[in-house]
Amino acid sequence: MNTRNSWQVMSTVFKRELTVAVRRKSDLINPLLFLLMVVTLFPLGVGPGPDVLARIAPGIIWITALLSSLLGLERLFRDDLQDGTLEQLCLSPCPLSLIMLSKIAAHWLLTGLPLIMLSPLLAMLLNLPTSAWLTLMLSLLLGTPLLSAIGAIGAALTAGAQRGGALLSLILIPLFIPLLIFATAAVEAAVVGMPNQGLLAILAALTVLSLTCSPLAVAAAVKVSVN
Amino acid sequence: MWRWLHPYAKAEASYRLLSRLLPWFACSAVVTLLISLVWGLAFAPADYQQGDSYRIIYIHVPAAIWSMGAYFGMAIMALIALVWQIRTASWAIAAIAPVGAAMTAIALLTGAIWGKPMWGTWWEWDARLTSELILFFLYVGVLALYFAFDDQKAGAKAAAILAIVGVINLPIIHFSVEWWNTLHQGATITKFGRPSIANDMLWPLLLSILAFALVTATLIIMRLRNEMLFNEIHRPWAQAELGVNPPVAVSQQETR
Amino acid sequence: MAFSDWQAFIHMGGYGLYVWSAFALSFLILALLTCYTLWTQRRLKRLATQLQQRQQRLAKRRQQEVNTP
Repeated sequence: MNTRNSWQVMSTVFKRELTVAVRRKSDLINPLLFLLMVVTLFPLGVGPGPDVLARIAPGIIWITALLSSLLGLERLFRDDLQDGTLEQLCLSPCPLSLIMLSKIAAHWLLTGLPLIMLSPLLAMLLNLPTSAWLTLMLSLLLGTPLLSAIGAIGAALTAGAQRGGALLSLILIPLFIPLLIFATAAVEAAVVGMPNQGLLAILAALTVLSLTCSPLAVAAAVKVSVN
Repeated sequence: MWRWLHPYAKAEASYRLLSRLLPWFACSAVVTLLISLVWGLAFAPADYQQGDSYRIIYIHVPAAIWSMGAYFGMAIMALIALVWQIRTASWAIAAIAPVGAAMTAIALLTGAIWGKPMWGTWWEWDARLTSELILFFLYVGVLALYFAFDDQKAGAKAAAILAIVGVINLPIIHFSVEWWNTLHQGATITKFGRPSIANDMLWPLLLSILAFALVTATLIIMRLRNEMLFNEIHRPWAQAELGVNPPVAVSQQETR
Repeated sequence: MAFSDWQAFIHMGGYGLYVWSAFALSFLILALLTCYTLWTQRRLKRLATQLQQRQQRLAKRRQQEVNTP
């Protein structure tokens, strides 16, 4: 199997993911609506005081982003496992981890990117200072690939399990904690006008680490689920 | 070394070994635990700042150390189970996780109880307590995944992968939480982390760390033996160990 | 000995409640885990006996089936 063929397999899987997602539009839109609604809940819950909201906005946006990313994850491998696609992918001569990487990339494109585009709206609703908007989007751009990469591990591990949904969150939330800490810290630093390049660099490092390691774990988990 | 280790890949051989080791571990665990706790509670001098409340460290510190240690042990077993496909190692995950979770729970509870007189609150978002809490979540995840599958082999493998992912994440979580803590609270009292501890207090602490290691090992051995018997219950050796002699008639039927 | 008498030992310089509840809870957790493990062992014995009885019943029935025709 040479590199060119691997590329071909990867791009085919990538395109297939996109096609499947486009045919099931509600799966794409529902997490975003969930995100929007949860963000609306906060001013109703803690009061609409602009100072309070601006103070907790980075945390709220990141926590809701994290939770909404958990929503669609369950479907990532379950349907493919049930209709036998996953088994076929395992038989492909292309390394399974590369196929999983393209699946992760497609998932990010379908969930992470819309989230980033929605984020200015959320920032506006929560009265986040405009000076921090760019940092918020940058932190989402650097952080959401990690959500997809680590999330794929959880989805692959629970694909064959009996009670998938709650278990998936149970497994994944502790693993997302470092991301949450550094991402919110970066946005908060931007709000108070402190330098935050270091924090964004750490965020980028975490994402690169997760993108390099997680396809291997996902491939191993998929093999467990398929057997 | 491989020739020495290889027989123990068979459950029967390692069960015998564990059974031989168990009484030694159990006895020494009880003895060291009693000595170290009586020493720490009654004979070690009181702390000049914290008074007698510091005596909680004689359980808190060892429990915290071995909650981490058990997780690393579990991850090593997970690696062995995945790479060499040794079933005993995959059962060890199910044996170690509850013990580690219990140690984590002890560390959390004693930390909270120590915090009440020292900080004035039961729960302070202190870096070590927070990462201990996250460690507890990681244990719960591994355990939940282990038992979420109908097929036990798949469950063990999935839990093994999660344990390895968790152990890679553990240092990252630890340092991020520590950094987060300094960001939000400034320097709190560095709990139990004084650079110099008087020898009169240190020796019982070291002994209690040893004692908790032995307690952890004893519990793990007990649970691992159960796991082995449970998974091999259809084998004659396991039935013999459980006090049930495989009936002659049946074995004749089977050989036919 | 850091304490003058039993009273002082129980009192723990005013921290008695905290120290003793911490120790009691820890030992409760360890005891629960130990009891659970021992209980599992007993359950396994029961399970093995049941398995054996079922096998014996099966064997007997098979013997009868062999004998009847």
